Amino acid sequence: MVTTEVSLEQLERIARKLRRHIVKMLAIAGSGHPGGSLSAIDILTALFFGNVMRYDPRNPRWEDRDRFILSKGHAVPALYAVLAEAGFIPEEWLWQLRKIDTPMQGHPSVKDLPAVEASTGSLGQGLSIGLGMALAARLDGKGYRVYVMIGDGESEEGQIWEAAMAASHFRVGNLTAILDYNRYQLDGAIGEIMSIEPVVAKWQAFGWAVREIDGHDMRQILDALHWAREPREQPSIIVAHTVKGKGVSFMENNNEFHGKAPSQAELERALAELAD
Amino acid sequence: MARPLGEATREAYGKALAELGRENPDIVVLDGDLSKSTMTKYFAQEFPERFFNVGIAEANMVGIAAGLAASGKIAFASSFACFVMCKGFDQLRLAVAYSGNNVKIVGSHGGISIGEDGVSQMGHEDIGLALSLPGFVVIVPADGAQTRAAVRAAAEYVGPVYIRVGRPKAPIVYENGCPDFQIGKAITLREGNDITLIANGLMVAAALDAAEQLEQQGVSARVLDMHTVRPLDEEAVEAAARETGAIVVAEEHLLYTGLGTQVAMAVAKRHPVPMRFIGLTDYAESGAPEALMRKYGLTADHIARQALDLLQQRQGALV
Ligand SMILES: Cc1ncc(C[n+]2csc(CCOP(=O)(O)OP(=O)(O)O)c2C)c(N)n1
Ligand SMILES: [Mg+2]
Repeated sequence: MVTTEVSLEQLERIARKLRRHIVKMLAIAGSGHPGGSLSAIDILTALFFGNVMRYDPRNPRWEDRDRFILSKGHAVPALYAVLAEAGFIPEEWLWQLRKIDTPMQGHPSVKDLPAVEASTGSLGQGLSIGLGMALAARLDGKGYRVYVMIGDGESEEGQIWEAAMAASHFRVGNLTAILDYNRYQLDGAIGEIMSIEPVVAKWQAFGWAVREIDGHDMRQILDALHWAREPREQPSIIVAHTVKGKGVSFMENNNEFHGKAPSQAELERALAELAD
Repeated sequence: MARPLGEATREAYGKALAELGRENPDIVVLDGDLSKSTMTKYFAQEFPERFFNVGIAEANMVGIAAGLAASGKIAFASSFACFVMCKGFDQLRLAVAYSGNNVKIVGSHGGISIGEDGVSQMGHEDIGLALSLPGFVVIVPADGAQTRAAVRAAAEYVGPVYIRVGRPKAPIVYENGCPDFQIGKAITLREGNDITLIANGLMVAAALDAAEQLEQQGVSARVLDMHTVRPLDEEAVEAAARETGAIVVAEEHLLYTGLGTQVAMAVAKRHPVPMRFIGLTDYAESGAPEALMRKYGLTADHIARQALDLLQQRQGALV
């Protein structure tokens, strides 16, 4: 748990390092999803290292911890990168991503890593699980908050909207969704495959407090995460406008890198761009 | 002994679908944001007006397919095997199986041979789910050629069909196409008297390799390609039981609900003989496809070992 004040510059430096880890672990694995990992990493960095979430790497199942669920489970390299940086898992494990006989599954698996809150990878499931945890906190009189990151393509799943309706109906103020709005899904641009617009109006209509931000601006991310913690009797969502592949020029808005690992040469180019 | 690799069965599916599209304007195709993976993209490119990408919404996809079918279309709907079967199950039950709508579900990335993506993307129980729906024809083709034949047969057949295809390149079993393909008719790939190996999907090539290994040990193994799990070719199963007296079933699927259980029912009913079952008993994990197939026993070696063991057991019982 980070207790000292961290500067925006420090957070940006951490995010850059974690981007290096993401592309490196994917290149070593030889498969996986760079685009949605890179679009999400600034937000995950702020959550874990910006004095937002309470957690204890020596006790990952600490009852009072805040929960983070990566509902868009294919972005697991981003999750593993923050888990290693926070000390939940050794950094060397990152280089075992997707290898047989290791806990480093290709999608988050609670069975394999105690720091993972929900097994995901079948899109659409995470928000309901997060809602269940938020309700349990209320039943148990606990003060923890549940954060769930969902994808824009993932938002096409009906279950997301079932959870959205239920969360506002049950008035859970301790549930925060974060939409990684990177404008692409697997087959192409969201607007061409299946538009989710007007997405802000939809969440508002479902009874959620909504805040729109630039999901790569650390200041805006931190502000929004603090806004989400304000006491209220409704769930909150941060609609984060992001760039798929953010930080690596040839991956940005290039959906070829939705689910393709960088080659060795591409890795070197990416690492050069991400150098401190 | 390793067979040359041919196209992936999902690739053959995509190509076959585009071919059918040229012949029959009533063929429509749906996908759930996986057209580049299920290979419905070939159809989409050629017939954009008859292709519906519904986004990441499998239950909705199955429902729309049912409506199209109820209005006279031949609807093929695809996603990964696990997503379309699990998320679309209630719709498959009421709007497709119970209603008898002419929907063809093709689930790609079946089994654990998808490799590194891991359990959440693997079809472990897709065939069992399809089998649990009355009226569903269930087909698991062995290679590209057989997939083309199966897709064609599914389009001609009136009623619900589930076809499972796979991600990796599949070893070639049918070098000259699969003209004898018929829904519900097993294909005898190898004659034998001592034991029968029954398999489908990728396990057919493994069973053929196992039969060659067994031959070197003086065991004559029959190999049946049971591409159709339902309706099961009970005649072929009974003949195998009568004539060889022992059966090993191999499948890339959980053992609780798949080819093995269907064959066992037929064997128990018609002519009980000792059997062995090769398949999964739990969820797998991430890893390289070949390494996973080895770790989870889905190999020719394992089939051959189980066959020898079964024969020994039977020998013991006879003495
Ligand atoms: C239920 C389900 N259907 C399909 C998939 C296959 N799939 C994996 S990622 C993806 C696209 C996800 O798009 P989005 O949510 O926008 O994620 P991002 O752009 O952040 O990578 C798809 C269709 C899946 N994992 N789960
Ligand atoms: Mg997206």
